[in-house]
Amino acid sequence: MRQILVLSGKGGTGKTTLASALIGIHQAKAFADCDVDAPNLHLTVGKMPEPIEHDFMGDQKAVIDQDKCSACGYCKTDCRFDAVDFDNGVYTINTIACEGCAVCTIRCPQEAITMVDDVAGVLTLYKNTHTFSTAKLKMGRGNSGKLVTAVKQQLVMNTDLNIELAFIDGSPGIGCPVIASVTGVDDVLMVVEPSLSGFSDFKRLMETIYQFRIHPMVCVNKYNIAQAQADMIEQYCADHAIDFLGKIPYDTMVSKAINEGKNLSEVDGPAHQAILTIDQKMMACIKEQNQTRK
Amino acid sequence: MKIAVLSGKGGTGKTFVSVNLAVTAKKSMYIDCDVEEPNGHVFLRPQNISEEMISVKKPVFDYEKCIGCRKCVDFCRYGALVFVKNKPKLFPDICHSCGGCELICPVKAVSEKDERIGMIQRGEYKKVSVKTGILDPGVPSGVPLIHACVREEDQDQIMVIDCPPGSACTVIESIEDADFCVIATEPTIFGLHNFKMVQELVMILGKPYGVVINKLESFKNPMDQYCIEKHLPLLAHIPFKEELFQSNAEGLIACEIDDEIAGIFEKMFARIKNEVTT
Repeated sequence: MRQILVLSGKGGTGKTTLASALIGIHQAKAFADCDVDAPNLHLTVGKMPEPIEHDFMGDQKAVIDQDKCSACGYCKTDCRFDAVDFDNGVYTINTIACEGCAVCTIRCPQEAITMVDDVAGVLTLYKNTHTFSTAKLKMGRGNSGKLVTAVKQQLVMNTDLNIELAFIDGSPGIGCPVIASVTGVDDVLMVVEPSLSGFSDFKRLMETIYQFRIHPMVCVNKYNIAQAQADMIEQYCADHAIDFLGKIPYDTMVSKAINEGKNLSEVDGPAHQAILTIDQKMMACIKEQNQTRK
Repeated sequence: MKIAVLSGKGGTGKTFVSVNLAVTAKKSMYIDCDVEEPNGHVFLRPQNISEEMISVKKPVFDYEKCIGCRKCVDFCRYGALVFVKNKPKLFPDICHSCGGCELICPVKAVSEKDERIGMIQRGEYKKVSVKTGILDPGVPSGVPLIHACVREEDQDQIMVIDCPPGSACTVIESIEDADFCVIATEPTIFGLHNFKMVQELVMILGKPYGVVINKLESFKNPMDQYCIEKHLPLLAHIPFKEELFQSNAEGLIACEIDDEIAGIFEKMFARIKNEVTT
């Protein structure tokens, strides 16, 4: 199964819109949403069966037994995460700040601190003839990378081996969830906003992706609103031998379709047509890469 | 006064709102906590730049002293240490810098060294001091860098904090000391879905907040509907205009070139100031 990941660096450039359109065009049998901080792909896939949900356990969290606590304060002194609060003579753990290192448990002379399990998110699987793997991180939790890995594992484990293509919607940024998303995928399609911000974020993402030795493909969204910046990105790709697949115009149909819970493969218009062309080029690039690999 | 601008969904206009608020406030500090993809500097083009390296502590092992007791390896909750040939070995990317291995070592064979994760860049644009956190590519967590960004000596000045997207640990770190939260959103079901997540977050943290609906094309949209139904404090609507997208793409500051936008931000800033002081 070839996994194609849609990324962007900057948020709100159209990752989910593009990923959902590609899923629609290919009638994809396998797809996943790795934007576990702010997942949205499920809003585009139409009717799905009842999901199977599992709690995702993150790092354990410390708990202070107030009956045993002598209020010495050693736990607070040695906590690197500012996770021990002190109020009215009582020490308590701030669960959101606690990263579960357990240093306080060895510093406590009263053995008053224990580590307890913590639900860091929910892992969700929709399965009929399609497999759709997604998840939602609980707010304030820091385990997004691990949850992303779990989403991808869930996808692979529940998909037939003979399924050829899987589409994965990524998350913005360049940190832990993005690194976890890129690990193990075959192709990265980047959708870039034609603006100085979009360009700056795109270059930072490229630095991250190159560490994985993946050859990324690029397209620009809403190009006609800022033609000069769109040209700049296209030129950058030409100068750096990056496959530039095309440009999607700003199309009022897009937000309308999204608000109706549709994806762009179902709604004809300039954006729809542009994505069809981009998809053809993408498949050609992938084919070419397959041949050079062989 | 610390005003945090956050959004859940990316690309709804956090940087747009933060930059324009900071410029509207005239004398202020703009802090970019979106350390993975900082963009405020694209608009504010700060002058007189200075840079400060930010690092975290990572353990180093003195193998002469190490007796191979394995206590550090067993203690590490993150699996950042492995036991190879009777000695601990570190995977630095997984290490959370908790200091546990140093504390637990019975023979003091563990010390710590600084490892760079990024930098803070300071500069000025007119009367706005610009502080930008920039994470090095390949570094998994920006939390320690964000922590360094929001720590400011002068608490009385007006600070506008441009947060990372989402509602994870990075966002909490950014808004922890905020006096007021501005949630930027867009009038789509994506915007609404991610809005609800951050709204829950600011409510749990007990922060006063207001909503800014950006890229408005029509008032008949799921986001406005939700705000009316739930009686949410709406701070402003920002209209979708192609000129605005264009000037934004070129890195221009909207309230300096567009009177309508300038008016919207004047009102927004006055209202926030009023809410924080009363």
